[in-house]
Amino acid sequence: MSIEVRLKAAYPAALATLRRICGELQQAEDLLQDAVERALRSWPRDGEPEDALAWLVTAGKHRWIDLQRRQGLQRGYELGQLPAPSAPPPDAEALDRSRINDDLLKLIFTCCHPALAQSAQIALTLRTIAGLSVTEIAAAFVIDPRALEQRITRAKRKIAQAAIPYRVPDHQELPARISAVACVIYLIFNEGYSAANGDHPLRSDLCVIAIGLARQLHRLCGKNPEADGLLALLLFQHARAAARVGADGELITLDRQDRGLWNRALIAEASVLIDQALQRRQPGPYQVQAAIAALHCESASADQTDWAQIAELYAILGRMQPNAVVTINHAVALLKCGRRDQALNLLDTLPEREQLEHYLPFHVARGAALHELERRTEALLAYQRALELARNSATIRHLSGAIDQIRSS
Amino acid sequence: MKYAILIYSSESYWDSLGEAQREAVIADHGKMQEQMRADGAFVCGHRLMDTPTASTVVHRQGASEIIDGPFAETKEQLGGFYLVECEHLDQAIGYARILSSETASIEVRPVMFSVD
Repeated sequence: MSIEVRLKAAYPAALATLRRICGELQQAEDLLQDAVERALRSWPRDGEPEDALAWLVTAGKHRWIDLQRRQGLQRGYELGQLPAPSAPPPDAEALDRSRINDDLLKLIFTCCHPALAQSAQIALTLRTIAGLSVTEIAAAFVIDPRALEQRITRAKRKIAQAAIPYRVPDHQELPARISAVACVIYLIFNEGYSAANGDHPLRSDLCVIAIGLARQLHRLCGKNPEADGLLALLLFQHARAAARVGADGELITLDRQDRGLWNRALIAEASVLIDQALQRRQPGPYQVQAAIAALHCESASADQTDWAQIAELYAILGRMQPNAVVTINHAVALLKCGRRDQALNLLDTLPEREQLEHYLPFHVARGAALHELERRTEALLAYQRALELARNSATIRHLSGAIDQIRSS
Repeated sequence: MKYAILIYSSESYWDSLGEAQREAVIADHGKMQEQMRADGAFVCGHRLMDTPTASTVVHRQGASEIIDGPFAETKEQLGGFYLVECEHLDQAIGYARILSSETASIEVRPVMFSVD
């Protein structure tokens, strides 16, 4: 492992530990930055330590004690007092490993605190927990690094000024707060997942980073069904990565993917996770989404998919978090198992109808339902609207084919 | 750490409430105050009169002027506030959560400094 990689790997735990020691996130970051710079200078010269984390924490701690002593002297001079006798030399106390997990978890809950804007939660989590640089985050989200820097600075200022606590939320708040963390990780994953078109490798890295974060949450929360559900969901999605993009860099939809390209090891790991989570009988939206993904991944072909059960799961998900995207997926699943009227009715009674005018999957699903119900004129209109919105050439081919089929029938 | 809990709601909405609905709101406040006192967090609480009673003082070209009404005409008005002494933001948000009326927005703001 190169020095840079070792430093990056140790960064989050070192930051969380220093945050506890000095009591303030910005201060902890400054201490760690200083320690990292020192490591980059001294390790190539003096040899690398065995334990990078312990080295960084000790270096950061010494710097902290040094800073405090200097401040103490400064105050002493200002008050006209003699300088206080110097503090005992910094102890070489071993790193308290038992506290690392606890410190990390507290830091995650601070970064994903609901009093921070979601975009700030994402940026802070990537910066402090995943250890990405501002430049890397800005590139991955295609935003101006200066704006991002400002967003992070503002968030850190709010954490300090409004006293956003550094703690694991109490029992009562915990489920909602774990969901908030899961949401941030899911959004990071999605940013990579939806951009997996090969032209921006940094962005697809976000999927791997999000899975790393989900693994941490899963490990730190210990048998929390939603944390497990999130990890399972991300693994199922990521298992299909190689089959999602064609040779020309184009996205391939689930039904047309080469299932031989799916990563069976990831699917197996995710299946175990979701089964264990569901056995705890505390269902939540991430578990339900993972269960849906499991049915897709475990089916030998698109035709053999258990659409009835998927429809049932989307109905449950819709009750947990009612939104148009879930309803559209629910309708598609109903259509696949032949419940056409029910599918169309679901689409036509969506309260967000007006906003959906520009949402491609809505018109595709509606076109398909009308087509199967043999309401040709309406099906044509729906498909034509979808065609206007389609950008992906496979989708365009598929829609044009459907339109031709209706016209010639 | 001191926090102000600022309660914004529409005055006309309050006027439109029936007796039972008003009592429910007041009961929420009672519950919240009880919790604040039990935690030793309560500093003070004040209900303000409606904005038609407000006067606003502005200075223009060296002279002060008095305007009838509130500083800003908004849909929701500041109706009252509490001051609490908390360990951290989550504690203050916890109190604000007790006020369950769906028509009020509760802003929680840290106090920079106080003068007595």
